[in-house]
Amino acid sequence: MTPEELSEIARVEREKQQQVTHSVRVCVAAACMSQRSEQLKIDLAAGVQQRGLPGCEVKGVGCMGLCAAGPLVSVHPQGCLYQRVQPEAPHVSAILDSLQGHAAEPLLLPTDTPFFTRQTRIVLENSGLIDPERIEDYIAVGGYEQLLRVLTAMNRQEVIEQITRSGLRGRGGAGYPTGLKWSTVAKARAGEKYVICNADEGDPGAFMDRSVLESDPHRVLEGMAIAAYAVGASRGYIYVRAEYPLAVKRLKTAIRQAENQGLLGGNISDTNFSFKIEIRLGAGAFVCGEETALIASVEGNRGTPRPRPPYPAQAGLWGSPTLINNVESFANVPAILRRGADWFASIGTEKSKGTKVFALAGRVRNTGLIEVPMGTPLREVVFELGGGIPDGRRFKAAQTGGPSGGCIPEQHLDLKLDYESLVGVGSIMGSGGLIIMDDSSCMVDVARFFMDFCRTESCGKCAPCRVGTTHLHNLLARIAHGEGSEADLALLEQIGDLVKQCSLCGLGQTAPNPVFSTLRFFRDEYIAHAVQHRCPAGVCPIVPVPAEVGV
Amino acid sequence: MQRAVHAVPPPSEDKRWRIVEGTMRRHGHESDSLIEVLHTVQESFGYLDTVALRYVADSLRLPLSKVYGVATFYNVFSLKPQGEHTCVICTGTACYIKGAASLLKAVEAEARVRPGETTPDNRVSLLTARCLGSCGLAPAVVFDGNVSGNADPDAVTRQVRRWMLHDA
Repeated sequence: MTPEELSEIARVEREKQQQVTHSVRVCVAAACMSQRSEQLKIDLAAGVQQRGLPGCEVKGVGCMGLCAAGPLVSVHPQGCLYQRVQPEAPHVSAILDSLQGHAAEPLLLPTDTPFFTRQTRIVLENSGLIDPERIEDYIAVGGYEQLLRVLTAMNRQEVIEQITRSGLRGRGGAGYPTGLKWSTVAKARAGEKYVICNADEGDPGAFMDRSVLESDPHRVLEGMAIAAYAVGASRGYIYVRAEYPLAVKRLKTAIRQAENQGLLGGNISDTNFSFKIEIRLGAGAFVCGEETALIASVEGNRGTPRPRPPYPAQAGLWGSPTLINNVESFANVPAILRRGADWFASIGTEKSKGTKVFALAGRVRNTGLIEVPMGTPLREVVFELGGGIPDGRRFKAAQTGGPSGGCIPEQHLDLKLDYESLVGVGSIMGSGGLIIMDDSSCMVDVARFFMDFCRTESCGKCAPCRVGTTHLHNLLARIAHGEGSEADLALLEQIGDLVKQCSLCGLGQTAPNPVFSTLRFFRDEYIAHAVQHRCPAGVCPIVPVPAEVGV
Repeated sequence: MQRAVHAVPPPSEDKRWRIVEGTMRRHGHESDSLIEVLHTVQESFGYLDTVALRYVADSLRLPLSKVYGVATFYNVFSLKPQGEHTCVICTGTACYIKGAASLLKAVEAEARVRPGETTPDNRVSLLTARCLGSCGLAPAVVFDGNVSGNADPDAVTRQVRRWMLHDA
């Protein structure tokens, strides 16, 4: 497809959209789908037909963010957002009535709240607006324009230069500069190179990548294709969790559509660039988020990591240079090329550019997906976008980075959410899971929970991780049961240090982080368990020690 | 030495083997398609038994030990058949914070099984999931493939009891 042909598709689609007088958009991402939004969409479409409303369309769109209030429906041009809309007649009628008259007040969800107004949407710019199962919808908002522009008007160095200048860093958690990674792979001399999209979102409590894939899959494909051109690869893989069937289905549809349009496949846009993408299903192993383990899994093996160097950029899949980026990193690429590196670099902080998508969950009012500029204070995210802590309870900690991260206490609520600041308080950015805890959580039990996760997910290849995480877990369980002592706390630190220093891969090296960070900020809770044998939050199964008689 | 792709006959007349063969053919019987093929077997048969593992090993020309190694490494693959109904409780962080443990306890008490087990009458299997990515709806439970959000112990107990008493 040539750039001209692409603009023609966009023009036709936009023209078609202008004929639409009313647009009823139903969220068909996983959270709303599990609350029967698919049926709701069918019922709304049937209602529109029954009432004979010409020019009114009902379409499925991606995630609108506030999963807690789902199923969500938005109505345009009124711009009304409706919450908890049920497929049955009263709600469907109310929405359809609103097309010709007043808004359906009882279902109305105000959109002038910080949850909506404080967001800056780049990765999620099309999420909730376009139909993820139609390539024309994506093309109409400028989709694939950048891919074709890059192929026909830019050389590889210019593309890499743009990404480097934008300051984009890996959104999978480690924050490695994306441009640098691309240029390493580009420089590697090899016959075959590969691009892999890491969609093995294994952090419990993270669902950003799932949402992006379900809401705007073409964006990720476009980002991957641009990357492939820049590094000189002709084959790509998307390694996606089998636990995300909807994301897999949408990706398959998107790949098929892009191939049919000649936007993926051989000699794209009559250039000599060819790029083919295949999906590889994960099978439920957290360690496969680590890049060398992921490569082993794509090759059909047990997902065990290997020492680095050589890095995948030099020797990755089948020993060839391989670029591995996360879903959100790729999703940023088309926007950076469209609006320019300087625009992207103007958002965020000095060292962390752009925005970050967070999955806000746990004890917070507005659970869902948000995208904010890097450097947004944690307090703003929790209390303004998140709407604060429900049930009159008190904020206790925010957990970032999943099992590799840490817990940020109340005294650090003004912390800026960027790569360096998070590392400074013993946590990491991670992929974007942000779980809020209130005073009903016991931090010793939280540490035990994460260590239980790491212990079971340890692949077993290296002893420090395999044995160390089990020992750490046993120690934490002993303390949680009120059978520990103060010496156990020192032992936790000692073994944790060993696991951190000696483990083979990132999973093991970061596994003690939740223990370190809770020990650092919530030591009093450890002391209460280990010395006074009580659990202040009343979570741990401590058998009360009988009062000694006659002392 | 180049080995010709030799078709290994499926273990039985069961038509589901054709779906498995389809996946292997699509990947040219390459050994790196092992995980994809195991996914297809599990989708078709519900679990991976020794017969299936042996067949996949022969077809992809891999040692059985390697196939067994991969099948047991990944959490998604099950070597045991599931009951008629499955109840999957998400134990991800958000669900943990919002009380997944009490859901688990409720089902354990009602069905008298531990996670990974099936009731003796083969009615209900209890499973746990790492994270379903439905954190916005925590705590989440999956009843026979349907995600149910904001679950509470009473509702979960009721569903499991219904399954154990009749077919509903």
